[in-house]
Amino acid sequence: MADFILEIGLEEIPARMIAGAEAELGERVTKLLARERLTGDDAAVTTYSTPRRLAVLVRGVQATQADLEEQLTGPSWNVAFKDGAPTKAAEAFAKKAGVELSAVQKITTAKGEYVGATVRRPGKTAAELLSVELPKEVLGLYWAKNMYWRAGKPERFVRPVRWVVAMLDSTVVPVEIAGIAAGNTSRGHRVLHGEAPVVIASADQYAEALRGAKVVVEVAERRHLIRKALDKETRTVAGARWREDEPLVETVVHLTEWPTVLLGTFEQEYLSLPDEVLVTVMRDHQKFFAVNGPDGKLAPHFLTVLNTEVDEEGRQIIRYGNEKVLRSRFKDARFFWDVDQKTPLAERVESLKAVTFQKELGSYHWKTEQNLRVVEALSAVCPGGDPAALRKATELAKTDLTTELVKEFTELQGIIGGLYARAQGLGETAARAIYDQYTPASIEDVIPQTIEGQLLGIADRIQTITAMFGIGMAPTGSKDPFALRRAANAVVKILAESELPLTLSEVVRAGGSGEDVAAFLRERLAFYLKDVRGFAYDVVNAVLAAGGDDVRDAIARAEALTAVRGSEDFAAISIAFKRIKNILRQAEEKGFAVGSAEGVTAAEARQLADASAFLAPKVDVLRKQRAYGPALAEIATLRPVVDGFFDKVMVLDPDAVVRGAHLGLIEGVLKGFSGIADFSEIVTG
Amino acid sequence: MPSVSSSSVVSRPAAPPASSPLTFQELLFRLQSFWAERGCILQQPYDVEVGAGTMAPETFLRVLGPRPYRVGYAQPSRRPADGRYGENPNRLFKHTQFQLILKPPPVNVQELYLQSLEAIGIDLRKHDLKFEEDNWEWPAGGAWGVGWQVMLDGLEITQFTYFQQCGGLDLDPICAELTYGLERIAAFIQDVDSLYDVVWARDPETGAAVKYGDVRFEEELQFSVYNFETADVPRLWEHFNSYEAEAKSLLEKANAVLADEKAAAAEKKRFPLLPTYELALKCSNLFNLLDARGAISVTERVGVIARIRNLAVGVAKAYALQQVS
Repeated sequence: MADFILEIGLEEIPARMIAGAEAELGERVTKLLARERLTGDDAAVTTYSTPRRLAVLVRGVQATQADLEEQLTGPSWNVAFKDGAPTKAAEAFAKKAGVELSAVQKITTAKGEYVGATVRRPGKTAAELLSVELPKEVLGLYWAKNMYWRAGKPERFVRPVRWVVAMLDSTVVPVEIAGIAAGNTSRGHRVLHGEAPVVIASADQYAEALRGAKVVVEVAERRHLIRKALDKETRTVAGARWREDEPLVETVVHLTEWPTVLLGTFEQEYLSLPDEVLVTVMRDHQKFFAVNGPDGKLAPHFLTVLNTEVDEEGRQIIRYGNEKVLRSRFKDARFFWDVDQKTPLAERVESLKAVTFQKELGSYHWKTEQNLRVVEALSAVCPGGDPAALRKATELAKTDLTTELVKEFTELQGIIGGLYARAQGLGETAARAIYDQYTPASIEDVIPQTIEGQLLGIADRIQTITAMFGIGMAPTGSKDPFALRRAANAVVKILAESELPLTLSEVVRAGGSGEDVAAFLRERLAFYLKDVRGFAYDVVNAVLAAGGDDVRDAIARAEALTAVRGSEDFAAISIAFKRIKNILRQAEEKGFAVGSAEGVTAAEARQLADASAFLAPKVDVLRKQRAYGPALAEIATLRPVVDGFFDKVMVLDPDAVVRGAHLGLIEGVLKGFSGIADFSEIVTG
Repeated sequence: MPSVSSSSVVSRPAAPPASSPLTFQELLFRLQSFWAERGCILQQPYDVEVGAGTMAPETFLRVLGPRPYRVGYAQPSRRPADGRYGENPNRLFKHTQFQLILKPPPVNVQELYLQSLEAIGIDLRKHDLKFEEDNWEWPAGGAWGVGWQVMLDGLEITQFTYFQQCGGLDLDPICAELTYGLERIAAFIQDVDSLYDVVWARDPETGAAVKYGDVRFEEELQFSVYNFETADVPRLWEHFNSYEAEAKSLLEKANAVLADEKAAAAEKKRFPLLPTYELALKCSNLFNLLDARGAISVTERVGVIARIRNLAVGVAKAYALQQVS
């Protein structure tokens, strides 16, 4: 058993693409080795990456494939041998199989006698197989954006491949990837190690050799080092804590090979800018971590993660440089803030005419008018909140698009509008609604805090969806250039997680939307229940089959159904309901008439009729009280009578009258108990 | 020295660098010699207004076709809307890009780039350098590439791009384009807070400094006034239309000549495509001026960019044909 290492050396890979590529390379190499019978179940795979490399180490690789014995079958014996003498057909078979004629055997099968031969295929060496197969796997990696670099454009990859290490233990595997022959030398940190080659003595010493060249190839370890160093640097300021920011940690993990951390400081005076602006500048523009003081408020410090380790003089130089860049960005932001105040939001409405919302639809001025119309309609069916503040917020919601600060920091749209509205004394309710209008920005994000913000958020999105559908911009397959799915997900999420007394159909009506938009929202509701709430797909199908207009009600029903779904009684009920549906379908196909359940005579049929008549009103009362758990428990008590009915009674009786009564009975049961969910959708093991 | 409030713990390097930092012009000398020693032709700035070094024909047209080329030049780049009357310490109407085209890129192009930083006095052992993803495109030129912004202690000092397409044409071979922002790098090396305080040159005898502001302030002020206030909008449109008309008519003729199988190679070679490209550049600059004057509405914008694109892409395609005729 040998260890196999593969390292692809690259120019700096975009940080956002590294984790996915590292995992995919590991998977591809693992599958390749298994497919070629070079690894068993005990193979251990470790993957590594830095901005300049992707690597995978597999322990427990066979140096050579095991030999294979294969049984080949040829033409019929009578065709191959005439009177005991081989014919052309026999010769051709032997030649094709690569055996002597004398080695051809007779094989007897159920279909007759054939010629056959046993062929032994010697296993190939790992080196031989890998040199052919590895390049295909590596060059097959998915990249969100890739490039050509060699003349003649033989391949595309994320960035130029500059070196390749491929070794089985200490032997180089002769493979060539993108014109680079693999060897046993890697490269170290650009500055801390320099250009001297890093010799890998054997595959299992890969990570250690690179550590000697100032590269930490283990991603988890870099993450750990960075977090520890962030903590340590932060402790130099009494009582301070760095603001947790997982996506930023991941970014800097993938921007560094040898990370260290440095704390910098900015002038107190900039703290007069809103936190949102300061943090955006630090995080999005400089990849700095923000720091909280002992009081939990933003402190005038930042943390930056370096891709190097320097002496004290170097730390001072680097700190000074970073502080200077940050200061000039803060200065810009403050300048924009001050300039923006000279034109209040209310005076900016008119200038929205010059900001395009969508070429074919109109400007943001048009969009604002449309949103106002939707907001009015929503307010009419959804009492509560402050309609005047909501109207004001809607009028001004998009005006921050004309401000210098939003032009500079587009990711702060909405937030800046909210902050300006507050600073300009437009009232906290309107300001808050403007501030929150784009939340939830993702399905993990929180919904707007206030009723006004929730209604504005819904109105803005349903208007966009409806208008885009109207000009044929509905999402198709993977294409959703206007992120309409995300917009619809946000509508569903707000309805699900707020207390707004609004149904999907009321939203659709307020939006002036058509059936296409309604169907789109229902599809997004199913997505929300399955992928966000984690309900099983059959539960979701069952619940939505009984209606999904009231989003929070659908969730409550799905919860209740999930709780009883595993029980034995309920599984039996699900099976029975499936059976009822099938029988009713058959009956319809055969043109059998459905009669009155009153006419049933068999004892078991009578019992089912009685139990059903007794339970149905009880369940109905509970359902109306939204006591879905107790309602489902009541339904589960039907099991013995349902089972008894199907055990003893032939539903499709030859007698039309009896049959009609049976059909009437089961149809009644189906209708009477399907208001919470369509149980026949439940998948039973 | 920037004023730093006393309560702040903002620190400066313990000691200033041993020798005095490079002046603005020395910075350019060093970069030019560094790259000349590595086989680059040194060109002079292109003498027609451009918004970026990429737009000069030494880049835009030379990257087309199979012929290898290595060139470096300092290109004054005009962005009328970025003017601030000389009042903003970090923004300029006209800045200088040291533009480098390496076609095809050498395999050690990144290492060479790092050496060029050492050559201008940046000791990488005392700084933090990162290559962060930044892809570049110029839609009006049908050009794009992938690459990085090079960050030095949190400051973007270079745009590094592997050109993939230009004029709507796939490039083969591709080239590496390095764009050094000279003012910004000079301010970094000299540790000044305002670009106007950058030392442009020093008197060799007295050591007296001539600053960037001494050389360029007047220009920033007056061009800001012109670009934002006084440029005559109807006349700018007239210029635009007339340059466009001439470029279009030349392009039509070019396409006819280049497609004519009977035309002699010499006739094709002498067709004035380079002047046609200049006319397209004129249109591009006029567009930027009109934009700074706020004379282009949002709805018009897309259409005008498409007109410039038609010219630039049209010239690129014709030029590529001409090269192989």
